[in-house]
Amino acid sequence: MNLFNIVEELEKIDPELNDRLNPRRAAIKNITSFGSKVALAAVPFALGTMLKKAYGAEASTSVVDVLNYALTLEYLESSFYNQGAASAGLIPASASAYINTVKDDENQHVAFLKTAITASGGTPVASPKFDFTAGGGTGNGPFKGLFSNYSLFLKVALAFEDTGVRAYKGQAPNLLGNKDILTAALSIHAVEARHASAIRQLLGVSPWITSTATVGNDTGVPQVNGNYAGEETIVQGGVDLTTLPSATGSTTSVAVATAAFDEPLSKDQVLALLVGTFIYS
Amino acid sequence: MKTSEQDSIGGANMARRSFLRYAGLGVASAGLLATAACHKDHKVVIGGGIDIGAKGDLAILNYAYALEQLEAAFYIQVVASPYAGMTSDEKALFTSIRDHEVVHREFFKKALGGNAIPALTVDFSTIDFTKKAAVLGAAKAFEDTGVKAYDGAGYLIQDAGYLTIAGKIVSVEARHAALISNMLVAGSFAADDQVDSNGLNKSATIAEVLPIANTYLKTKVSASNYSYVA
Repeated sequence: MNLFNIVEELEKIDPELNDRLNPRRAAIKNITSFGSKVALAAVPFALGTMLKKAYGAEASTSVVDVLNYALTLEYLESSFYNQGAASAGLIPASASAYINTVKDDENQHVAFLKTAITASGGTPVASPKFDFTAGGGTGNGPFKGLFSNYSLFLKVALAFEDTGVRAYKGQAPNLLGNKDILTAALSIHAVEARHASAIRQLLGVSPWITSTATVGNDTGVPQVNGNYAGEETIVQGGVDLTTLPSATGSTTSVAVATAAFDEPLSKDQVLALLVGTFIYS
Repeated sequence: MKTSEQDSIGGANMARRSFLRYAGLGVASAGLLATAACHKDHKVVIGGGIDIGAKGDLAILNYAYALEQLEAAFYIQVVASPYAGMTSDEKALFTSIRDHEVVHREFFKKALGGNAIPALTVDFSTIDFTKKAAVLGAAKAFEDTGVKAYDGAGYLIQDAGYLTIAGKIVSVEARHAALISNMLVAGSFAADDQVDSNGLNKSATIAEVLPIANTYLKTKVSASNYSYVA
């Protein structure tokens, strides 16, 4: 996409574009106003420009770092689904619409983030190398054969989706009060949760993560226990959810308390789970 | 469906009492937000309506509380009066969603303590609970609106802890939304009506969401400091 053309097109539709982008408050107020008129493809660019304007000559390192971290996860997911969709005989016809929808969204997320990072004055990181068998580059990890075994493919997909939901959530406080970036992050996060729900339905497990008192992982795949660590939490904001009344009684079960809230993972936790096994260079 | 949680606040005396109570004058709260209870400009009750109050985290949390009350009441009724031909699998899923929404509702109620808006009275007279299509259609509207509402209001939250909690809830709402969409049309869990061409879930402002919510509420909810008065 030619970014300069987009600026010209934006200025044709909105002659006050430059005024709107500066000062910051006006930009923040108006960023959504051209969304409906201008091609939606311009949104990530607008986002990047916003950042650049809001933060000075270029977006702060911390904001670019957040975006690049997100991009790395999206590379992982998009590469995974692209490879799955290209594997002959893997995806049954009944599920191909599901998988293709997820694949397309993930590819859009990659494009979105690269555009936003570049437009903000940052540099998108390159895609790392992946070993989806979780073998750290050996191709011989615990999930060997996932691109010919549909059930295994779905289980790995689920681990990625649920981890993706958790990863975005973990970054939200870093974007506090930033209308455009936080809203975009929350919006990608919600789509990841929609994916996780759909993959879970394909796999035949509940669309939400239902934990026991001790184990957060309900996928039946012990190798990904770490990806679900902490999902068994029952205390939110100092409130023990199991003490709250339910629809039918005076207390709430652990299963309901854990399923009603998804838990975040920190950047370091996510990287520790993925780097060295799924991401090896 | 009316439960003890959803008793009407209608009537002048009741409204007066609610005002005193919920303006933080009457009840000392042990809730999370007790330290903010000195703000007396929150949640004014006018007639049968409610305002989520002055700008800030209390207003946003009360906004979420209002939406969760609505969702919980809806699924309580779905489970209590199943549509014709509801399968046991479907009933189990609706029961789980009901239970999640009730926990969300009770969580906000507890967290807000004396700063919480009152229990709202719902009006589901436009929903035919005997018809599967009507129930799924309404469920889709509630879930999709809920996701858009959380996504659209997240940036207004000032406290990192509350933002994280909102994030923990919105992904569960999105899981519900995807399930309900798939029950209506298989494979529509991230369709164009909810997800834009960048792969982003659509978001909505408070002023866009509350009019939708109010069509299912007898107690109308306003957000005068966020450009919406019912």
